[in-house]
This record gives sequence, C-alpha cells and structure tokens, in this order.
Amino acid sequence: MTNTLLTTKSLSKTYIMGDIQVHALRHVNLEVQKGDFIAIMGASGSGKTTFMNLLGCLDKPSEGEYILDDIPVHQMNEDDLTVIRNQKIGYVFQSFYLLPRTTALENVELPLLYCRKCSLHDRHQKAIKALEIVNIADRAKHYPNQLSGGQQQRVAIARAIVNDPSFILADEPTGNLDTRTSIEVMAVFQQLHANGKTIVLVTHEPDIAQYAHRHITFKDGRIISDKLNTNPKHATQDLLNLPQTDEEA
Amino acid sequence: MSLLGIIRIALKSLTRNKTRTFLTMLGIIIGVAAVIAMLAIGQGAQKIVEDQVNSMGTNVIMVYSNFSQSAVRQAAGGGNLLTIQDAEAIRDQLDGVLYTSPVYNSWGQLKYESKNWRTGIMGVDADYFFIRDMQTSAGELFYRSDVENGAKVCVIGKTVADNLFGDINPVGKIIRIRNIPFTVTGVLTAKGQSVMGNDQDDAVIAPYTTVYQRLLGHRWRNMMIMVSAVSRDAIHIVQQDIMDLLQARHRGTTSEEFVVSSQTDLAETANSVSHTMTILLASIAGISLLVGGIGIMNIMLVSVTERVKEIGIRMAVGAGKRDVLLQFIIEAMAISIMGGILGILLGFGAARVVSKIMDWNIAVTAWSILLSVGFSMSIGIFFGWYPAKKAANLNLIDALRYE
Ligand SMILES: Nc1ncnc2c1ncn2[C@@H]1O[C@H](COP(=O)(O)OP(=O)(O)OP(=O)(O)O)[C@@H](O)[C@H]1O
Ligand SMILES: [Mg+2]
Repeated sequence: MTNTLLTTKSLSKTYIMGDIQVHALRHVNLEVQKGDFIAIMGASGSGKTTFMNLLGCLDKPSEGEYILDDIPVHQMNEDDLTVIRNQKIGYVFQSFYLLPRTTALENVELPLLYCRKCSLHDRHQKAIKALEIVNIADRAKHYPNQLSGGQQQRVAIARAIVNDPSFILADEPTGNLDTRTSIEVMAVFQQLHANGKTIVLVTHEPDIAQYAHRHITFKDGRIISDKLNTNPKHATQDLLNLPQTDEEA
Repeated sequence: MSLLGIIRIALKSLTRNKTRTFLTMLGIIIGVAAVIAMLAIGQGAQKIVEDQVNSMGTNVIMVYSNFSQSAVRQAAGGGNLLTIQDAEAIRDQLDGVLYTSPVYNSWGQLKYESKNWRTGIMGVDADYFFIRDMQTSAGELFYRSDVENGAKVCVIGKTVADNLFGDINPVGKIIRIRNIPFTVTGVLTAKGQSVMGNDQDDAVIAPYTTVYQRLLGHRWRNMMIMVSAVSRDAIHIVQQDIMDLLQARHRGTTSEEFVVSSQTDLAETANSVSHTMTILLASIAGISLLVGGIGIMNIMLVSVTERVKEIGIRMAVGAGKRDVLLQFIIEAMAISIMGGILGILLGFGAARVVSKIMDWNIAVTAWSILLSVGFSMSIGIFFGWYPAKKAANLNLIDALRYE
C-alpha cells in the first residue's frame, strides 16, 4: 500500500466563453501524500479555486488525469462522483454554505442523509460527535443566522468531517473571518491533521499558511513553487498568546 | 440515500415555508373539494330523480294526443282523438298490458264548509290506483263498482286534505267539487313532487264516469290513457302495440298524432339531464384541479430558482441528481396529497351543508375519494416533474455560485 493519496497528471481546465478560452488551469502535476497539510497560495485568478473544485470532485477536468485513492476520478461518471464527494471528501467553503433555516445539527446531518450505506438512526450521535470535535456542540440547535462567522465555519467543518473522510479540502476557510477566529479555525484543522486527515486549504494570508506543513503557489494556472514548511506554527499556542498581543497582531 | 430520508428532507423543506405551501395547496384543495361535492350532489340529485320516477308507479305507459300535430283536426271540430273506447281496446286486446285507465284532467274549486281550495281534478278508473301504486293513509280507495255506477265519491291528496280539513278526519265527509257533493272515501299516502316538479298530492281523484258526466259536461275534454305493462321488459313492445292499435282504430292518422311515452323514457331523459350536469360539474372540477396543478408547477419552479444555492450545497455534500429529483417530486406530491386530503374534508363539509339545506340524502362515496386522491397525486407527479427535473439538472458549480 502506497502512501500517496492523490496524483494529478497534466490536469487542465479550460472555460470557453463564446470565442474566448480561459485557461484556468494548465497541465498541473501534483502528488499529495496521506497526512499532508498543504496551503495553496497565489494571486487572485491564478486558478486555486478551479484546482480545488477538481480535487473535490465538484467539477470535471477538461484534460488530464486525477487519481484519488487509486480511483481514476477523471473517468468516473456523475453518480460515482456523487458517492466520492459524500464518502471520501470533506469540503469547506469560504462562505460556509450552510442551509438557511436549518439547525446546525441538521446541517451536519446532511451528508449522512445522502449516504447510501449509512443507517439513519445513529446520525444524531455522529453529527453531535462531529460538532464536539470542532467544539461547537453547545450550538447544535441554533440556526446559521444565530451564529457568528467563526461558529458557522466550525459547523461547516463539522459537516465536512461527519462522514469521516480522510481528505479535507478548504477554499479560503478563513477568508471571511477575523484574525482570532481564523486562528481558531486553523487550530481545528491542525487538530484534524494530527488525527490523520489529509488537508488542502487555500489562503491569501501568509500568516495562515504558516500553520500548514507544505506550501504550493499558483500563478496563471500553473504551480510555480512547492515547498515544505519545516517549522509550522501551532495554532493552539498562538491562541494562548493572543490575548496579550490582541490588537497589535 | 434512502427514500425515507428523502421524504424527510422534502417534508422539512415544506414546513420551512408553511404559508407558501398552504397557498400552493389551495388550488388542489378547491379542485378536490369541488370534485367531492359535485359527485355527491350529482348522485343525490340522481337519486331524487329516480325516486320521483319510481313514484309514478311501476312500468307505467302514458298515452295522449299530440295537440300540435292534430291542430288541423281540432280546428275542424275533431277535438281530442282519444276515447274511452280506445282505453278499453288497449285493456282488452293487448297482451302485456296489466292495467288501463282513462284519465280526465281538469281544474276546479273544492269546498268543505267555509273552506275553499282550487286543485286538479282527475277522473280515473279504479285500476288507476294500481298503475300508480297508490294507497290511502286514511279511509279507502273507491272501487270498480263506484266507477260503473258513476258514484259521487272521491279520494283526496294530502295537500288537499290539509287545506280543506286541517285536523279533521276527511273520511266520510262530503265536499263540493264545482258545487256537486262528493263523499270522501280516503286520503292518499303522500307522494311528494313529480319529475316535472309539481305537487302530486294536490289533487282530487274521482271515478271517470262521474267526472265525465257531472263535472265536464259538454266542455272540451282533456283525456289521456294510463297503462301499466306486466313487466319492465314488456314496456317497449306494449308501447309499440298501443301505437299500432291507435292508428288502426283512428283511420288516416299518423304516428305523430299520438304520444305513447313510458316511465323508462322519462327516467332516461331525467338521467341524461343529470348526466349532462354531472359532466359539466366534473369538467369544472377538472379544470380547477388542472389550474391547481399548474399552480403547483409555478410555485415549484419559483422554489427551485429560489433554492439553487441550496441544491448546489446538497449536491456538494453528496446528493445525486436522483436525490434532488425525488426531493422535489415528493415535495410536489406532498403538497398535492395534503391539498387532496384537505379538499376531501372541505368537499365533505360542503356536501353535508347542501344535504342539510336541500334535505337530500347525499353520500360521499369511497369511489369519489379514491378518484380525487389519485387525481391529485398524479397532478403532483405530473406538474412536479418539470421543476424537479430542472433542479436535478443544475450544474453543481454554477448552483453554488448562484446569487
Ligand atoms: N465558471 C467560470 N467561467 C469562466 N471563467 C471562469 C469560471 N470560473 C473561473 N474562471 C476563470 O478562471 C480563472 C481562475 O479562477 P479561480 O476562481 O480558480 O481563481 P482563484 O485563484 O480561486 O482566484 P481568487 O483568489 O480570487 O479566488 C479566472 O481567470 C477566472 O476568471
Ligand atoms: Mg478562489
């Protein structure tokens, strides 16, 4: 058994808008190991979201190969992709994407409802457990509009991990959050990483990227750098230090 | 994902927007209520007509002159074509005839002591009571011997009895019909309204011989013949035989100059009228169900557009096309079934109110409930399909980005 979680080979995505072709992603080759914690950076429009959508099986590549857990995802049909999204991947969005007028608990239960092999009767316990992992179980009965941005993002992360996927993708998960809540969310990701999850997240903030173990930079749809972060910061420690340096940070 | 789970999801989304869900249901509610009430009322009306037709008697055939056709003859002084001899010929010569009676119809003033009542006067043979299944509620009918003797006896309908006698027992009393004294032998059992809508109990019936000699005199005589056939199956043949016999007896007449109509003819006419009514009402109900269905489709389309992002989120966490399709179809079906159930209750209530007001015996049949539930369910599926398909075919990324 290899330690490789996913491989992309010459992965490309071209949007065609009338006469114009937008090459959002150009022949990207990447290998992600199990247990990686990757931060993707790059200028706006460099193709980060496009790449994440392909990794998350939300979209299909125009060209190239994507192998996830030895599954040739690029050859899969819509139904198979649905199952992969549900079972293997947890996706966290910048603007949370929680269902309105639906409690935190029900939002977290959502992937379980669409899970073909899951039984329905233990879904409450599973959802509560996921909420406990991200430390928001006390708000289980709250509606999204009764939660702060950081709390909503925790609920969204709980939803992403409720089916216990080994692979978590997050596109600018701290993009809508202030410094403190950003670090709180990063602490959650670090904790998930410590528990063996593979994490790929996109961020514009170098500070946030410091919590990841590997840095990848995109430019014009290509990877221009791929470096290990040998000395990642610890979010929980930073949080302890934060009250003293609150406003200056 | 399990069907149960999808049903749960669909119902949850409906309860999230209760007002809209109810408004969407309204069309179906009204449509189904209309179907239920219409069918119940239609059947009630049909039952009434049947009862009225049956109140005429059993296997009754009516024979009369068609005045519009014999106008020339009348102008020449011929008068009514039918005669007592015709009635006797029908009685004596035709197989399949059980009873025959001539019927003279007239109007006149009745008087008992100081009370007056204007009513229909009928002169009939004693067999008339058998033809029309008439019984007395007090006293007795008159007999063949009374007819043969031209006795001055009569039976009166309930309406006449009420108006002339009030609480007094009319049996044995003497009333004056057009100033000629008659002894009341009995009061007829009430029959209610006729098919034509007139009060069958507002009449005085006397032997035709007496009516002919004492009351009608030389005046124009409006006579018809009532016949009863031995069986329902015989009615048709007897009708034809009567027509043939009349034409043979009145040389040079055409079949247009006589009308030989039967109770079944009348029942058929009445039935076809109520049938037409039922079809009319059913199409109104059908149209409102259709409009209700289009309403569902409309709201579902709005709802899909409103919830594009929600659909995108569901797909992102693992909802397949099939799941989304089912969710929206089940939502549409739930709306229409709920609407159907509320409609049944409403229609049931409406039918009850009508039955109270009209004093009809109206029954909501299981059949009409099945029909409307089935219909509203199919409407849910039919009109829910297009919006559901639209939702299921959304592109995930586009749906997520939709603002
Ligand atoms: N649906 C689409 N149709 C057409 N072009 C698109 C579409 N989505 C993205 N693009 C284009 O693809 C390129 C890459 O977009 P992408 O969203 O991946 O950038 P990004 O790196 O995530 O940027 P940001 O940091 O602003 O989120 C951009 O030029 C964008 O305009
Ligand atoms: Mg982006």
